[in-house]
Amino acid sequence: MKNLIKILILLVSSQVLASGEGAHLEKAETNIRSKESLRNGAKNYMNYCSGCHSLQYQRYKRMAEDLGLSKEEVEQNLIFTGAKYTDHMTMNMSSEDSEVWFGKAPPDLSVIARARGNDWLFSYLKGFYKDPSRPSGWNNTVFKNASMPNVFWKQQGIQEAHFDEHKLDSGVVTHTFDKFSKLTDGTMSDEEFDHTVRDIVNFLDYTSEPAKLIRLAYAPWVLLFMVLLVLMTFLLKKEFFKDIH
Amino acid sequence: MANTREVKTTGFMGWIDKRLPVTQMWEDHLSKYYAPNNFNFWYFFGSLAMLVLVNQLLTGIWLTMHYKSDAAQAFGVVEYIMRDVPWGWLIRYLHTTGASAFFIVVYLHMYRGLMYGSYKKPRELIWVFGMLIYVALMAEAFMGYVLPWGNMSYWGAKVITQLFGVIPVIGDTLLEWIRGDYVVSDATLNRFFALHVVAVPLVLLVLVLMHIAALHQVGSNNPDGIEIKENKDENGIPKDGIPFHPYYSVKDIFGVAVFLLIFLGVVFLNPQFGGLFLEHDNYTIANPGVTPEHIKPVWYFTPFYAMLKAVPDPLGGMILMFGAIIMLFTLPWVDRSEVKSIRYRLLPFKLALAAFVISFLVLGWLGMQSGSTVQKYMAIVCTAVYFLYFPFLFFYTKNEKHKPIPKRLTH
Amino acid sequence: MTDKVNESRRNLLVGTSVVGVVGAVFAAVPFIKSWMPSERAKSAGGPVEANISKLELGQKIQVMWRGQPIFLVKRDKNQLNTLEGLASKLKDPSSESSIQPEFAKNLHRSKKEELLVLVGICTHLGCSPKFYPEIVPQAFDADWKSGFYCPCHNSKFDISGRVFSGSPAGTNLVVPPYVFVDDENLIIGMDKLEGEA
Repeated sequence: MKNLIKILILLVSSQVLASGEGAHLEKAETNIRSKESLRNGAKNYMNYCSGCHSLQYQRYKRMAEDLGLSKEEVEQNLIFTGAKYTDHMTMNMSSEDSEVWFGKAPPDLSVIARARGNDWLFSYLKGFYKDPSRPSGWNNTVFKNASMPNVFWKQQGIQEAHFDEHKLDSGVVTHTFDKFSKLTDGTMSDEEFDHTVRDIVNFLDYTSEPAKLIRLAYAPWVLLFMVLLVLMTFLLKKEFFKDIH
Repeated sequence: MANTREVKTTGFMGWIDKRLPVTQMWEDHLSKYYAPNNFNFWYFFGSLAMLVLVNQLLTGIWLTMHYKSDAAQAFGVVEYIMRDVPWGWLIRYLHTTGASAFFIVVYLHMYRGLMYGSYKKPRELIWVFGMLIYVALMAEAFMGYVLPWGNMSYWGAKVITQLFGVIPVIGDTLLEWIRGDYVVSDATLNRFFALHVVAVPLVLLVLVLMHIAALHQVGSNNPDGIEIKENKDENGIPKDGIPFHPYYSVKDIFGVAVFLLIFLGVVFLNPQFGGLFLEHDNYTIANPGVTPEHIKPVWYFTPFYAMLKAVPDPLGGMILMFGAIIMLFTLPWVDRSEVKSIRYRLLPFKLALAAFVISFLVLGWLGMQSGSTVQKYMAIVCTAVYFLYFPFLFFYTKNEKHKPIPKRLTH
Repeated sequence: MTDKVNESRRNLLVGTSVVGVVGAVFAAVPFIKSWMPSERAKSAGGPVEANISKLELGQKIQVMWRGQPIFLVKRDKNQLNTLEGLASKLKDPSSESSIQPEFAKNLHRSKKEELLVLVGICTHLGCSPKFYPEIVPQAFDADWKSGFYCPCHNSKFDISGRVFSGSPAGTNLVVPPYVFVDDENLIIGMDKLEGEA
């Protein structure tokens, strides 16, 4: 029994270790049903992200319809590239240029929320800190040595990261992230900045699966119907099995 | 007309029946097919497997109308289906959720067979055809998983095809033959597509037909594991039998409704199923240059994957993995007991079956983990338990003691 | 007693069947609707622009819209003069049963008198008719007054795309919706500019 408990403890701790490879992720707590949050996210996405990242599977038109925006609003405020309203949200920068500038083409973000998860994106966007040893001058607690610079440094303020040092039995020294401190104040309060990032993540969650809005809208009706069918077929089955026994 | 068979029906059905034995088939397989009257919860999964098969065929046919098996387009075309095709998202989710549902239903169906000894004489062939269906299903699922051409599709295909490369002498040539290239590539995607949408489904359909034909030849087993055909009334009808139609058709429709409630709940509320049914790493396009941090197959393959990883030698691992499946084929001859059902078997059998099932489930969990040292030992232990079930059963059932078997079905 | 049992059984059977059939119909809808043009097809089938600055009098240019040829013809006075007086030879002289935007339901079947915009697909079986602009006798018609001739099954249309009696085609050539951006540019596929009411 003691051995069993030992094994269980080992198992659990190995689980923790396995998931602790990256930094602790903060809950994004997005709400895909909030059109306001999605619209704000779309606006901020277009302003801060769309210069370097495409959404090659998302159409402006679909976004407008799903987010309750008019064609004119989208064409006047959100299309920066001269694209048509029905086009995909691609960008002007060629991937060759961006490879020269960033060392690597910035990825397309159409399904990034599916690949990474909302919490990861939220923590990543908040996790930039000053690191002069990096070519961009920035590093990230969630995605170590990311080649993306901090696009929000004005809003967030410049952060510095503090790490705890651990010496393992083997003599290897490891660092775990402890906390951030601000070198400069941002133009936004922490709360405002969280709000901005949360809305962008929410928008990326939407664009990774626009059908989610339809799916969730239909779900209660489909399930209600199925409950009715279950009830009726149960009564029918009971009726027939009266013959037996 | 001397060569026309006598038929009981007249009128329109008479005309048909003289030419095509519709009424006779209806009676043989439904209205006068007598099934034991004590079927319980575990007997829903056969008809449910048929339902999922139909779902996969229908949604699969619809997906091929939009899909392109081209390595340059496949990833994008899946997103095209999810966004641009009217209702394409629903059709794809029905197919992806259906794949997982198929395995859930089939695993429960197989467990039923283990519990009630449904594989035992005279139902050996039903079990063998069922196992062949299971193997075909695994091939079908594996190749279907490659089609979205995400990074996990690519690396999964690479690792699994690599298994054939460890075969001595012919391995390297075999590997190139399977892939049609020096790596997993467009050629591989194309042949997997052809096999996934045409070849394997045809094989599956024939096997399902054989499975049911063999079942209807000997009749269904039941939770008591005794033959209802040994107790017939004066008309030759089993006393404990009831016609499949309407009784079990009505009962199965109830089962279908409950299943669909759960199934559609997953489709509409959480089709990714937390990354189990649709994996996060497959939302990155196939990239031969970047290995996913943690390569693992979809959940239904993980028990075998854990066995593969449990041994350091790849050839040994592969033999073990295929051995685990081949052993299941031998069950009808490994189990020599004169009782079928777990109801009349004693504790040693129950413990052995429990150990077998638990080891399989733990292996399934282990197959999803990154693999610490402890987990590696657990995998070895569970693999050993899995394989030991068969020799245990073989020797234990030679002179197995058991509870008294009733003459008639119990309720 | 037995009657009562059978009655409740029948009611349940009917009830469950009805609910089941309703469910099946709902389930069929996505499969049927998935055959409709996708967003990609709709985007590709969106309006197209055409520039007529280089179009000479009496000549035709062609653009593609939704995979169909669109004919743009700048008619001269002689051609336009043929339109009056053909009525007795035409199947649908005032375009009552033909397809065109409201603004083109007139003698010259266009918004601007001289500029004809037509879907270049014969209303008979979908061949693309040929353009014969000269007012000279032709092999297929000794009294040819300029217009379109479909070589597939000898349908004849005047210079407004109106079908002559005796042709297998039943209605006039289709006029697509279009709108002028300025004197030299028009958009085919929509009948009003954005922002216009």
